[in-house]
Amino acid sequence: MSATEVISRLDPTRWLLRPSLFCLAASLAFAAPLEVVGLRLPEPAFAFVPAFAWAVIRPSASAPFLLLGLGLFQDLLTGGPLGLWPLGLLTAHALTLSARRALAGQSALTLFAAYAAIVLIALGVAALALWIARGAAPGLADLFWQVVSTLALFVFAGRLIGAFEDADVRFR
Amino acid sequence: MSLREGPLNELRPSRGWLAAAAVAAAALIAAAIFFSARKGPSAAPSPWRSRFDSVIGPVEEVVSAPAHWVRLGAGAVGDYILAGSQNAALRARLVQARADEDQLAALRDENARLRALLGLRTDPPLPLVSARTVIDARGPFAHTRLADVGSALGVEEGNPVLSDHGLVGRIAGVAPQMSRILLLTDPVSRVPVIVAGADARAILAGDGSDAPRLDYAHGAAPLRAGERVYTSGDGGVIPRGLPVGATVKALDGWRVALDSDAAPIDFVRILLFHDFSQVAGGEPPAPSSAPSLRTAPPTQAPTAAVQGPASAAAPSPSPANGRAPARPRLPAPQLHGAPR
Repeated sequence: MSATEVISRLDPTRWLLRPSLFCLAASLAFAAPLEVVGLRLPEPAFAFVPAFAWAVIRPSASAPFLLLGLGLFQDLLTGGPLGLWPLGLLTAHALTLSARRALAGQSALTLFAAYAAIVLIALGVAALALWIARGAAPGLADLFWQVVSTLALFVFAGRLIGAFEDADVRFR
Repeated sequence: MSLREGPLNELRPSRGWLAAAAVAAAALIAAAIFFSARKGPSAAPSPWRSRFDSVIGPVEEVVSAPAHWVRLGAGAVGDYILAGSQNAALRARLVQARADEDQLAALRDENARLRALLGLRTDPPLPLVSARTVIDARGPFAHTRLADVGSALGVEEGNPVLSDHGLVGRIAGVAPQMSRILLLTDPVSRVPVIVAGADARAILAGDGSDAPRLDYAHGAAPLRAGERVYTSGDGGVIPRGLPVGATVKALDGWRVALDSDAAPIDFVRILLFHDFSQVAGGEPPAPSSAPSLRTAPPTQAPTAAVQGPASAAAPSPSPANGRAPARPRLPAPQLHGAPR
């Protein structure tokens, strides 16, 4: 791989900004009030994709602040308590960063298992924060469906990791 | 000479440490925002939320347009398929309605004469605004919707929101053209209600499930499944007598199957209710020729239009001090007509 290609692949616009914009657009699309024969759209947490993938690809000082922004956007979009989604996303990012050495170069199945565990822990932290600060527990059925639909997004996380993880071997 | 090659190379923090420091800083900011926010409705009004809703509302209106078309299309297909059975059912209901019509007229006349004898004052109608919902947040942490009307049409924080079938929630944040609806199922939603059959008061507590809990229920008789639940008006935020649902027995206690679940909540009506001085006669709303919730079914109502007045409160008398009576006997007020 040439140096020019490496620099091009590590362009923050490509590996940070584009996934962020994808998350914003997808969140907006899935917030539409669509209900047909009693069935409603799932509401996956799209921002868990970059929260996990960015940490696997390489450590970045910009990624946490982008996740902060994505989380606040999600809070404002859903009308939830401000700061709750950033706490969950940053928990996922921090956990992935701490396990980065172990995750680098692993198979897709191992990465999926790690992704699932991290999503569960992060949503658990968000639920705990909601309970501590507001004395309200989240809906278990909604939590279950959100976990299921968010786990289905691992396809995108895998593609993001595959596209960029070999871009700079210094971070392997 | 770059820093990496210089004598300070050893002091330069690694990218991993920089990333960790950035995570810690961002987490601190998030925690400060989260824990400094006031307790209360999840969609607590703030200038940030109002500005965000003002910007995102029109965008989402465009994004959600295909969703509305899909729902309308699916509804049209369903209506076409079920037209025969619906026609038969409607014919049967028409026969029954004709039989009830004479009895209704007689009862109405008797009711008016009794009210006149007792000197009772009926609750004045409340103005209302029709709106379309453009965002449906249904995650585990918040159940809210964004409606496409706001303070420009008189909507205020706390105004109750109704669908065709019953209470949906209340306004928790207002922008000039948009307002955020906190649904009854939101984990922080708490609404005082009364169970008509058991003559019991309770708090309807949202917990993210489709059927909110009935907390602190106490009354003259034990609760039974299927009893009608209405707003009690306690606290003065929501008027008395708005239909909420029916009691259902669950594994963890009593819950309420919401009337508003009977159909998709695409269109809602926002009651412009400020306080009990309105229903106590202190601040009568401007009369309007538009149809009301309980008197005449409108055939078509435009989105984002002031529709009122609506006689929304219970038919029992409203004391002048604004307090609800200790044990109001609530007949079942019905919402007629769907302003679609």
